[in-house]
Amino acid sequence: MIDSRFKGTNSYIATDDLSMAVNAAVTLERPILIKGEPGTGKTQLAIEVAKSMGKPLFEWHIKSTTKAQQGLYEYDAVARLRDSQLGDDKVHDISNYIMHGKVWEAFDCVEQPVLLIDEIDKADIEFPNDLLQELDRMEFYVYETKELVKARHRPIIIITSNNEKELPDAFLRRCFFHYIKFPDQETMAQIVDVHFPSLKKELLSEALKAFYKVRDVRGLKKKPSTSELLDWIKLLLAEDISIEALHTENAQRAIPPLYGALLKNEQDVHLFEQLVFLDRRTNPQ
Amino acid sequence: MLIPFFYMLREGGMKTSITELLTLHEAMKSGLAGQSVDDFYFLARSALVKDEAHLDRFDRIFGAYFKGVDDSLSDLLQEIPEEWLQLQAELQLSEEEKKLIESMSGFDELMRALQERLDEQNERHEGGSKWIGTAGVSPFGAYGYNPEGIRIGQQGSRNRSAAKVWEKREYRNLDDSVELGTRNIKVAMRRLRKFAREGATNQLDLNDTIDKTARNGGMLDIRMVPERHNAVKILLCLDIGGSMDDHVHICEETFSAASSEFKHLEYFYFHNFVYESMWKDNRRRQSEKTSTLDITHKYTSDYKLIFVGDATMSPYEIVYPGGSVEHWNEEPGAVWIKRLLSTYPKAIWLNPEPKTRWDYTPSVKLIRDLMDDRMYPLTIAGLEEGIKALR
Repeated sequence: MIDSRFKGTNSYIATDDLSMAVNAAVTLERPILIKGEPGTGKTQLAIEVAKSMGKPLFEWHIKSTTKAQQGLYEYDAVARLRDSQLGDDKVHDISNYIMHGKVWEAFDCVEQPVLLIDEIDKADIEFPNDLLQELDRMEFYVYETKELVKARHRPIIIITSNNEKELPDAFLRRCFFHYIKFPDQETMAQIVDVHFPSLKKELLSEALKAFYKVRDVRGLKKKPSTSELLDWIKLLLAEDISIEALHTENAQRAIPPLYGALLKNEQDVHLFEQLVFLDRRTNPQ
Repeated sequence: MLIPFFYMLREGGMKTSITELLTLHEAMKSGLAGQSVDDFYFLARSALVKDEAHLDRFDRIFGAYFKGVDDSLSDLLQEIPEEWLQLQAELQLSEEEKKLIESMSGFDELMRALQERLDEQNERHEGGSKWIGTAGVSPFGAYGYNPEGIRIGQQGSRNRSAAKVWEKREYRNLDDSVELGTRNIKVAMRRLRKFAREGATNQLDLNDTIDKTARNGGMLDIRMVPERHNAVKILLCLDIGGSMDDHVHICEETFSAASSEFKHLEYFYFHNFVYESMWKDNRRRQSEKTSTLDITHKYTSDYKLIFVGDATMSPYEIVYPGGSVEHWNEEPGAVWIKRLLSTYPKAIWLNPEPKTRWDYTPSVKLIRDLMDDRMYPLTIAGLEEGIKALR
């Protein structure tokens, strides 16, 4: 058991509390619910857990129109109707028109899979309730063919939420919960390090300083997150920006280069430019 | 051994259930927590807390309950945290607040209030005086502006590195009574969504198609329905200028969240209180006014009315004709708000002033009476309550 513990991978830094939550969920075979600011790697976690444990991954991305039933199976009545009009022989066997959903696929998997239910809060408020039984007992009933689908191995279920809707209590009780908080500078340095191992130390620390400074600007509509930082550093490397251009003294006075990767909202950009301008005016060199 | 802890959590207002307690025991049995307190803390947190707004509360209760486990923490707990003082520094005081402070009986009163607050906290959780930190919005925190105010900041320094994970209380601002960002507001407003099918028919109605096809003797008869849209209509009236200057930022956020969330959103501005006209463009507030009567005629009563304003003004501005600070109004504002409320039965007032300060302002009470007490603070929790009242 101890050996298969999740401790982050060489491309994903998991904090102690995160790995504890994941391991608890894996050991007790309960779903784990992950929340956190957008861009802190919630979805990435499932991918990395699957990779590090060498298990297949099934991703079920939820939209506002997704129904719980679609994850189990769908009965394609229209195709059957069409076939009946064309006189196709397939029409007599209803199982030809049962389309397997992601949950069914995961239940059917020959080894223990990882099932990601991404952004569960996007769906209708009843969605989590409709999945209670399936996630608890790991089985469901197909009415059309009168068969009971049971999971061969209880999948590791990772659920992410952006907190757009509150999830029902009954659902929450069955899950472990973890809130990914925004990484501190130290963790962030590790994260950047696994993504850009060849990055120079000085450049990294200057980039991080500039990044946290931008994040600290009050009143931003969308604070830049980890994924934006990684994109930005990628750009900095591609453009071969020198350390001097990022230097802290300048960061206060000048806008960091390529800041379009960090600020994604024109009002934010405007606000930021104004602040820099004000700063220059009040503290002339 | 965890049962008293469990009850303490429940007393602390967390909705931890037996299932979750059993899960925790099960997890401990399978040796997940190991020997370290930190591991146990992480495990307990992920098993028992299901809402990031409760993480801070959990940290506090955990700290209080397991204090005996590590006594070196106790001296830390006695100190007044620097977070509180930081919060204070960030507080921006409006003119009204400053007056309010002056109108209170000065320094002695302050000291007494502070003492009370500290005593209360000693009782609550053994010197966990950090609670003050989150109460940065209490009238008490406001005194930070007073030059002769209480300089708690000069007391000894805190050795932060010694603090345990739960002592750091990193989840403080996730507690749902504070911090309000655009995203949070959007999320809260989204609860108001009501889907209805109206407009062009562009989706296949499968059930109806099958039904009609069967009735048609097997010949396909395609039936379509309109797509579902958010059908909620909002009329937003924002107080602008004067005492609202301190709240411009939060009002902007509310407004930008609302405008991206609702398709049917109409907004108007007013100054201090609603009278016979409002306006849409602040630069042309004198020349381009819309009569309030026209508004009530144009927008049907299924619109939900949201006022955003600090409700802080002289009571004359509400109850007397000619009370307005800007112009001569023939009829008192109270009459106009009653007209609006009779047209729009679903209405709330969102007040950016902290609720603790409402009692100091007579006009707030007047407006609350006029609104049948449907006034809510402009925080996430307040917004949620308000949205509930609107539904």
